[in-house]
Amino acid sequence: MTDETMDMTAKPRNQWWDVWDQFKTHKGAVFGLCFLIFITLFCLIGPSLWGVDPGKLDIRNKDMRPIYTAIFDSGAKYGWAHPMGTDNLGRDIMANIMQGGRISLAVGWTAMILALVIGTTVGVLAGYFKRLDGILMRFTDLVLALPLLPLLLVMMLLFRDPLRAAFGPEQGIFILIVTGIGITSWMHTARIVRGDVMAIKEREFVLAARSIGTPARRMITRHLLPNVLSPIMVSATLGLATAIITESALSFLGLGFPSDFPTWGKILFDSVDRMTAYPERVIWPGLAISLTVLSVNYIGDGLRDALDPRIRGL
Amino acid sequence: MLTFTLRRLLMSIPTLLFIAFVIFMLLELAPGDPMSQMPLTIPPEVKEKMRLALGLGEPWWVRFPLWLKQFFIVEPQYWWDAAFGTNFADGAQRIISFQSRSPVFDTIAQRLPQTLWVVGMSYIVGVLIALPIGIISAYKQYSVFDQTGTFVSMIGFSVPPFFSGVLLIVIFSVQLKWLPSIYDTTHVVTNWDTFIFQLKQMIMPVMVLALQTTAQVSRYMRASMLDNLTQDYVRTARAKGMTESVVVMKHVLRNSMIPVVTVIALGIPSIFGGAIITEQIFKVNGLGQLLIIALQGNDIPMVMTITFLLAVLIVLMNLIADILYGVLDPRIRYD
Repeated sequence: MTDETMDMTAKPRNQWWDVWDQFKTHKGAVFGLCFLIFITLFCLIGPSLWGVDPGKLDIRNKDMRPIYTAIFDSGAKYGWAHPMGTDNLGRDIMANIMQGGRISLAVGWTAMILALVIGTTVGVLAGYFKRLDGILMRFTDLVLALPLLPLLLVMMLLFRDPLRAAFGPEQGIFILIVTGIGITSWMHTARIVRGDVMAIKEREFVLAARSIGTPARRMITRHLLPNVLSPIMVSATLGLATAIITESALSFLGLGFPSDFPTWGKILFDSVDRMTAYPERVIWPGLAISLTVLSVNYIGDGLRDALDPRIRGL
Repeated sequence: MLTFTLRRLLMSIPTLLFIAFVIFMLLELAPGDPMSQMPLTIPPEVKEKMRLALGLGEPWWVRFPLWLKQFFIVEPQYWWDAAFGTNFADGAQRIISFQSRSPVFDTIAQRLPQTLWVVGMSYIVGVLIALPIGIISAYKQYSVFDQTGTFVSMIGFSVPPFFSGVLLIVIFSVQLKWLPSIYDTTHVVTNWDTFIFQLKQMIMPVMVLALQTTAQVSRYMRASMLDNLTQDYVRTARAKGMTESVVVMKHVLRNSMIPVVTVIALGIPSIFGGAIITEQIFKVNGLGQLLIIALQGNDIPMVMTITFLLAVLIVLMNLIADILYGVLDPRIRYD
């Protein structure tokens, strides 16, 4: 009884608090969020705490095993100075994973944001302006029919050298990969946003807004975009997951960043040759990719539930 | 239905032309040069002759229609000639690879069986695993089985094939030494032992690809079953006293399969994309590996043809999915 009266008199809250309350009930999503925050901090703050240069060669301490090998193999070469071991040139693997994670996550976030911006723009334009709908959706369908992974590989290979010459090795490849992933993964967002915009456009509040003479620009930014925010956020999580996987796949096929710039996929690719003797070198970056993508997928799952008002508050 | 099919077939022609144009222009406008790998000691005039010999002397509006003609007219003529001993092609120029100087389609025909064998098998295995998982997950919603299924498919979505493949190799080839890590495509099955070997070497690549398929298809199957299980006709069927197995396996399953079948058709092109990576891990000399080698060697005709064939596959599967939807669901009428 007292609880109910408490609820009745509770202060009106921002809807995002409701979303957060619902999100908290999804165990996988909370776990995913915690892991994503952990891995982000690990990559961002980690290097300054750990203080080991990822590129530093230490040939004396090459091929060290991670410390847990001591449990079953006391003769192995291990040490607390390199808890995850070192590679064949004596570079510290933990420092490399941190540095690689920075690049992988940066590529993932930037490519996802680019894809979202393109997808939302196309979706809103197609949904709001009838004249543009036919041509934009035709175009979206055409892009969907392209074989994207081969085309991405072609783009990587053909535009790598000029961009590297123009922006420097790291910047050039970064721009290339982000643009490549961005322009090949916006289509699903565009379709979803278009559908939602078309549905919202028929609602009364839009009619009311139009009847007081709201121009199209403000119509979109004030009335339509806030209402399609939830599908955009859900597709953002999906986009982040695919962007990280695609970047790693490109690196794995040898078409990503040059070898001095570690990314998770690149470390994995470089370690495959020696995985018979040192399986942990494949497992660390692989685990990092898989767990990050898994947590992002769970966050997406939780967001989808939390943003759906039909099941909120149950 | 027939008019719809015909209309869709006609519509796919401009789509394919546009895709061919996009791929061609991407290769054309790219600053990369097929001659860039050549030694610098070659004099410029010789280099120019080599360019001409590769057919790069003409501008793109000559070469693009030429490629189209070779792909759609000359190549089928050669196939027809090879099959029936006629002479339609009459020695016309085929699409020639820059690297091997042999017709592109001959190389593709050599590589296709390996890819089809691994990819096709993995798709069938994946779907066969996914369907029962989806059905049981939906029937026993929120049970332990359902939760496990959800978790496993989440993992299937999240673990990229280049990690799951490598992990399998580490566990089963390196540690346990049960399975070979390299797929031997020259292996011929003649007796029981060779059959067992073939089986062993196929398990890992097939399972890696199948995990992706299973994750996707079982989710769709579950969602579709859940949609149907709450329908009124299910209650009617139960009220008539039908056994639970008839209700689920006949009434619900048949209706739930409609969207799932189209998802299965639409997933086929993407599994070929996944095969590019899987072939690289297990050293299968299939189409994906051919594409990577061609890309690294700036072999433009080969890249163009393989990429376009994948596009044809996508468009074809979209078409088949649409038609299947209409055939399987009598409520949907396109006309």
